[in-house]
Amino acid sequence: MTIQQAGPGRSVAATTGRAGAAVATSGTQRGAGSRTWYQQGLMILLAAVILIWTLLPIYNMIMLAVSPPDETLQQHFFPGHPTLINFVTVVTQNGTYVADFWHQMINSAVIAVVTTVLVLLIGTMSSYGISRLRPRWGGWVSNAALATYVIPLSFVSIPLYKVMATYGLLNTQLSLILAMTAFASPYAMWVFSQHSQSALSFELDESARIDGANAWQIYLRIFLPLMTPVLVAIGVYAFLLAWNEYLLAFLLLGSGPNSTMPVALTNFLSTDSPPWNSFMAASLFYALPPAILYYVFRNKITGGLTAGSVKG
Amino acid sequence: MTIATPDLRRWSWSRLADAPFPFVVPYIVIFLALVLYPVAYGIYLGHDPGNYVALFGNPTYLRSVLNTVLFVGLGVNIKMIIALLLSGFFAVSRWWIKVVLAIFLLPWAVPDVPGFLSFHFMLSSQWGVINLILSKLGVAHPPVWLVSPGWGFAAAVVAYIWKWLPFWTLILLAARTAIPRDVYEASATDGATGVRQFLFITFPMLRNVYLTSVLLSTIWTLGNYNTIFFVTGGGPIDSTQVFATLGIKYAFEVGDVGLGVAVALTALPALVPLIVILVRRLGRGQ
Repeated sequence: MTIQQAGPGRSVAATTGRAGAAVATSGTQRGAGSRTWYQQGLMILLAAVILIWTLLPIYNMIMLAVSPPDETLQQHFFPGHPTLINFVTVVTQNGTYVADFWHQMINSAVIAVVTTVLVLLIGTMSSYGISRLRPRWGGWVSNAALATYVIPLSFVSIPLYKVMATYGLLNTQLSLILAMTAFASPYAMWVFSQHSQSALSFELDESARIDGANAWQIYLRIFLPLMTPVLVAIGVYAFLLAWNEYLLAFLLLGSGPNSTMPVALTNFLSTDSPPWNSFMAASLFYALPPAILYYVFRNKITGGLTAGSVKG
Repeated sequence: MTIATPDLRRWSWSRLADAPFPFVVPYIVIFLALVLYPVAYGIYLGHDPGNYVALFGNPTYLRSVLNTVLFVGLGVNIKMIIALLLSGFFAVSRWWIKVVLAIFLLPWAVPDVPGFLSFHFMLSSQWGVINLILSKLGVAHPPVWLVSPGWGFAAAVVAYIWKWLPFWTLILLAARTAIPRDVYEASATDGATGVRQFLFITFPMLRNVYLTSVLLSTIWTLGNYNTIFFVTGGGPIDSTQVFATLGIKYAFEVGDVGLGVAVALTALPALVPLIVILVRRLGRGQ
């Protein structure tokens, strides 16, 4: 939870007026007084390099999305006749590849939302059970969860596919929801446990217990409300993990009309002359929800998500 | 004690309402059904020694071992060093640097599939914008990126860094802002500035976070499927495959599940120590 301590600290410094010099010192390891015109110039140059590096692939997406069909495969910086027709094609589902666009968008959204709800529920319940009620076997469960968190999903995907076939869940949304929940919950449990240790005192539990509350009442009335700051971060984490997942979505749901957006997008490119312009237009629609979530909840996400790795 | 013991063991509703097990049961069920069982089943699927003999005589597999080591070794370390340096830049408190940071985070927000396929398109020597830029800059014979194994692989590493640099920069930036300022003030009065301050104060205080980040990033990058699959597709002629992409290809395109699982299982000597170390490091204080 280092970040959340850093936040207030920084704002306090800002009001006392020491921020400029002090943070600059911690940042560039140079005192503000010694910063000269060429250091300023270097910083601006670095900023320019960062911006070009960051924006080139994104510019390429936008540039292709506004290219008319006859210009798409001509090497160009910007189309001679930019058009919004590709966005219209996608939204009106006017074409082979975009025929199921809205269906697939909704599919992605449903899977991501249900995964989010399950991860929040399972994550808070199990971290409450382990970190507040402290059973003797709790350490085993949290270690198993941490191991799950670090194992790359792609290495487990082959047997996971086989196991889903055994369960009879292949080609159902439930299979992807369950798989994403299983692999997103461990991180949720970990962050909730960390947060409950720093934000919740055991005395609170005890006083509620003396008042006659049982574990479920304490979970609902004390634990959950105090978890709200990290609930947002973990909710966004789980939503985006499910929204962005390609490999498992492809394996478990196939590439038909019931597939999710990332798989649907790759279908555009399965021909000899792929419609790269409408692909990029559809991609921009698909990239919009994550981008909005990142920017709306940026501070909460970095607070929650980085808490994990930042803990030295 | 002898009187209390039967009392403690007596079953009652109020005791069940305070039991930890019901809270953890949902997770235990999905863990057993969707993590432990698949992992055990995977090890069972890969038990045929013949598959490993086949792999070690297979040049495509041997090439993928080298590619995986290079992809992880170069990708993770270059990315983390740049992230460490950039976190210093972004820690400077200026309004315009906050704006640059907000834009810098975009690759993290763009989903893998469109992001990496944008790289794929940019790299095309007929259509892509990269060779257009190179030719404007006066490069007479720009590389034919996706047709050349070396250039294709290098481009995939660059795309990987583009995608993951923002996230790790943010982590290190957070760790850096958590360093108390008086440490810097004290060292400044002792005359430590610039590189010295970085070497003797900033880095030692970031060391733990940096190491955990490198280890986490290493294990995740070992299993990175999307970068290679979408930037180079593993080609030309399987020359840029890594473990993750080759395993999936054998299991689902070739249809040999045992061989595909065997590819993933040959990563175990690297995976197991990483899992053990990371579980210990992340679990500390829990």
